[in-house]
Amino acid sequence: MGNGFDFGTLSSFHLDVLREIGNIGAGNAATALAKLLHKKIDMNVPQIRVMDFSEVSDMLGGAEIQVVGILLEVNGDITGNMMFILDIQSSQLLVNFLMGRPSQTDLEFDEITLSALKEIGNILAGSYLTALSNLTNLKIMPSVPGLAIDMAGAILSVPAIEFGKTSDVVLYIENEFTDGVNSVIGNLFLIPDHESCNRLLQALGVV
Amino acid sequence: MAELIKVGMADLKVARHPSVLTTLGLGSCVGIALYENKIRVIGLAHIMLPSSTISLNVVNRAKFADTAIVDLIDKMIDLGADKNNIVAKLAGGAQMFSFSSGHEIMRIGQRNIEAARSILKELQIPIISEDVGGNYGRTIELSSKDGMLKVKSIGAGIKFI
Repeated sequence: MGNGFDFGTLSSFHLDVLREIGNIGAGNAATALAKLLHKKIDMNVPQIRVMDFSEVSDMLGGAEIQVVGILLEVNGDITGNMMFILDIQSSQLLVNFLMGRPSQTDLEFDEITLSALKEIGNILAGSYLTALSNLTNLKIMPSVPGLAIDMAGAILSVPAIEFGKTSDVVLYIENEFTDGVNSVIGNLFLIPDHESCNRLLQALGVV
Repeated sequence: MAELIKVGMADLKVARHPSVLTTLGLGSCVGIALYENKIRVIGLAHIMLPSSTISLNVVNRAKFADTAIVDLIDKMIDLGADKNNIVAKLAGGAQMFSFSSGHEIMRIGQRNIEAARSILKELQIPIISEDVGGNYGRTIELSSKDGMLKVKSIGAGIKFI
């Protein structure tokens, strides 16, 4: 890969730096969720992994499992994509909280639900990007999110393709948010393009 | 019973009769299904990108339409297929997300379909059916019995092409 640098060659020190960003981002995200839902929200220390793209859909429960995918383009000093994946159960909980409905209400993918999900994705992704931007002093701006509800494999193919041009690995951050009764698992994938990956790691002082 | 063989993302496989090749959750990727009806050899590729020439890193030839199709045909010939009897079916190439920006990433499904068509044409492999485009994911199964391609989706149900 020439003088390039990809996530696949990160040492445990590098991963610690990224994990810290994940922690701060998840903290921001929990605060944002608490505000949005008017509830006290705790978060679990996120799991951060660098993984092969072929493993991703298995980890979500299989390529055919229906999930909600929220995709944002990232612009500014780094460019790339960010994807937030929620399982159907977590989506249902979040939307019902947000709309003040009983938590077991079945999820109907109507206009209001879709825009609620987009907003949730927007807020969560924004929380991570703010953490990343503050720590690196890089200007990072997310686009308006796009939303799809479909097979995990099909949704993941979109960032996988973009990333597949340069590498086969992806930075994965898992978060668990809980209000003490219910918990929501969010899966966040950061897919910077090739150049941005270098810029990001340089700004973090790891290369 | 026919053996069910899974083809992963950016992967390709061939098989003799009786067998079924399947690939799960095609989004913007395209499934290229080839069938040789004389000795009943099938081949399936799950490609992610149109051309190996745009990549910085061609480690996996099955990722690209151009290299995958050539390799798939070679492997079928190794199993005794006659290239003149091979026909093709395509599925996938959806646009999963829509953005106002019209960024290039959003058209990749269409570009994958066009690349697969043009390479098959160049290699004189006729495409006899397609289920491509749209905005939804697909799972496909190719049977060696008659070359039937089963296409499943969450919203649009099951069809055979």
